[in-house]
Amino acid sequence: MNKPYSNTKATLAIARASFRSILRSPSAVVFTLAFPLIFIIVFANIGGGGMSIDVGVAKGSDTSASNPVYMALKKNKIMHLINDQTADEMSKNLAKGNIDAILDLKPFAPPAAMTVHVQYSQASGDKGSVLKSALNNIFYRIQSEELKRIQSYTTVQVPKLIDLKEETISGRPYKYIDFILPGQLGFSLLSSGVFGTAFVFLSLRLTLVIKRFFATPVKRYSIVLGEAIARLAFSLLGSLFIILIGHYMFGFTLIHGVTTVLNMLVLSAIGLIIFMGFGFTVSGIAKNESSVPPLSNIITLPQFLLSGTFFSITAFPNWLQYISKVLPLTHLNDAMRKVAFEGAGLGDVTHQLLILFAWFIGIYAVAVKTFKWE
Amino acid sequence: MHFYPMTKQPIITVNNLVKNYGDFAAVKGISFEVYEGEIFGLLGPNGAGKTTTLEIIETLRDKTSGSIIVDGFDIETDADSIKKRIGVQLQAAGYYPNLNLSELIVLFSGLYGIDKTPMEMLEKVALTDKAKAKYKDLSGGQKQRFSIATTLINNPRIIFLDEPTTGLDPQARRNLWDLIREIRDQGTTVVITTHYMDEAEVLCDRVAFVDGGHIIGIDTPDHFIDELVASGFERKKQVKLANLEDVFINLTGKEWREG
Repeated sequence: MNKPYSNTKATLAIARASFRSILRSPSAVVFTLAFPLIFIIVFANIGGGGMSIDVGVAKGSDTSASNPVYMALKKNKIMHLINDQTADEMSKNLAKGNIDAILDLKPFAPPAAMTVHVQYSQASGDKGSVLKSALNNIFYRIQSEELKRIQSYTTVQVPKLIDLKEETISGRPYKYIDFILPGQLGFSLLSSGVFGTAFVFLSLRLTLVIKRFFATPVKRYSIVLGEAIARLAFSLLGSLFIILIGHYMFGFTLIHGVTTVLNMLVLSAIGLIIFMGFGFTVSGIAKNESSVPPLSNIITLPQFLLSGTFFSITAFPNWLQYISKVLPLTHLNDAMRKVAFEGAGLGDVTHQLLILFAWFIGIYAVAVKTFKWE
Repeated sequence: MHFYPMTKQPIITVNNLVKNYGDFAAVKGISFEVYEGEIFGLLGPNGAGKTTTLEIIETLRDKTSGSIIVDGFDIETDADSIKKRIGVQLQAAGYYPNLNLSELIVLFSGLYGIDKTPMEMLEKVALTDKAKAKYKDLSGGQKQRFSIATTLINNPRIIFLDEPTTGLDPQARRNLWDLIREIRDQGTTVVITTHYMDEAEVLCDRVAFVDGGHIIGIDTPDHFIDELVASGFERKKQVKLANLEDVFINLTGKEWREG
């Protein structure tokens, strides 16, 4: 009875209660674990192959082993040759962009020139030019071989204008999972931080749970800290789970193993703390529970789309990239990828950390102003 | 009938309490004392200032002026000491979501910094069989008893109950009266608000009537009734030896039903 009152004990009691409550709340589990995992599974499976160009081979084309153009295209992994469509189907599909080009190859019989008739489609974007340069490459090689053969009969040397030297350095293969997983991790932290925090504090306020707490000797900071500890513990476990699934099932690259995982967890914690600041703000502004989702979406959706969650922000036009480069999730994703794939330490991502720190100061300044206890 | 000690020791002293919300004066200079070991009723119509007065004494709301001493501590300077000595049941308060009763008791034990086992507390309000149930799945009477259990965790000197019997059926109401008397008999002072005058009459040792932010009378229920009768008041209808609630209890049994 005469024991001094312990704020730590009270804080931990709240943290434990909150953690239990989060584990039992379906929306928290779905947002933090299920959604990111589903996205990872979907994108790991569709994104893996890279580019593919569908080339229709016209009926009556010469597809024999003696046709060097056909053989070269067949060996090219990007080219997907289609032989089983009628001319009518092919031209319709070409117009729709379902196939990227139609190729009509006449037999190869030097010294007569071989006729190659290619139809491209405006419907299929850049893929036509990829085929065009692949074809040019093939033609150049055939021409060079022919030239070499002619040279062997004569002493007149044709000067070589270009001496092409190609080499491929050995490197770590950058898999799509290496891109998508950090993005999904960021998204999971964002939704847990914003939606989770906003809902919990709003409902604790509206159902007078916090008011009842205030009738006990508990301090305000214990309530906020206890909730934060619980959410942090839950989200870090979630992050660890996603990283491990990604690593063991989809070959996600962790350069320095455990150190990389720890660095990623530190980044996750930093990200979550910032996103919780948005959550506190939303809980203060929202009048009732139905106004939480729209307010939270205003914060999460733009970041979800513009922060390089699914594709690199370099794919955006310049003016959009400026917006992307302001958002906190962009820098969290950036730092995550650097740490996970390039093996950077936290000291190597100070630029990203500084911007995140600026967000931390800014959002908590707003949260302190808007947060309501009653 | 309970006889509280003849040496009436005040445990709560409210002196000239005023509470304004902007231009609106909710409490206009209230003074009263609550004696140690009694059940004290605050009665009055909605909006009279009962809940505001209670919440100021409970340290949940700031006063505009006046002074309040609770168990020797001033609410202005010693709110924390007071919080440790009182138990508060709020009108319509909820509990932490997704937790069962045991876990909620553990949470409150942590908030009060006191080691109490959930079973020990649930036993006091006969809810041990509901230890694994969620608060929202309890019946009205069970909810109120659970709320009272949470007010008892810190062995409080005083508990405050704001309309604990509103919405309960006659059996659950009587069950709660028994519980409240039991708590009083163990030495805890009880301050209660209610809209049921029959309840105040049988339960409260003393009552105060509050109206329009003022206290308009404070005495034992018996004395108030005697005074009114002495003034020549007569009920329009002849009072019978029983009323309809007696009939209800007689027909449906005193046994309280769960659920």
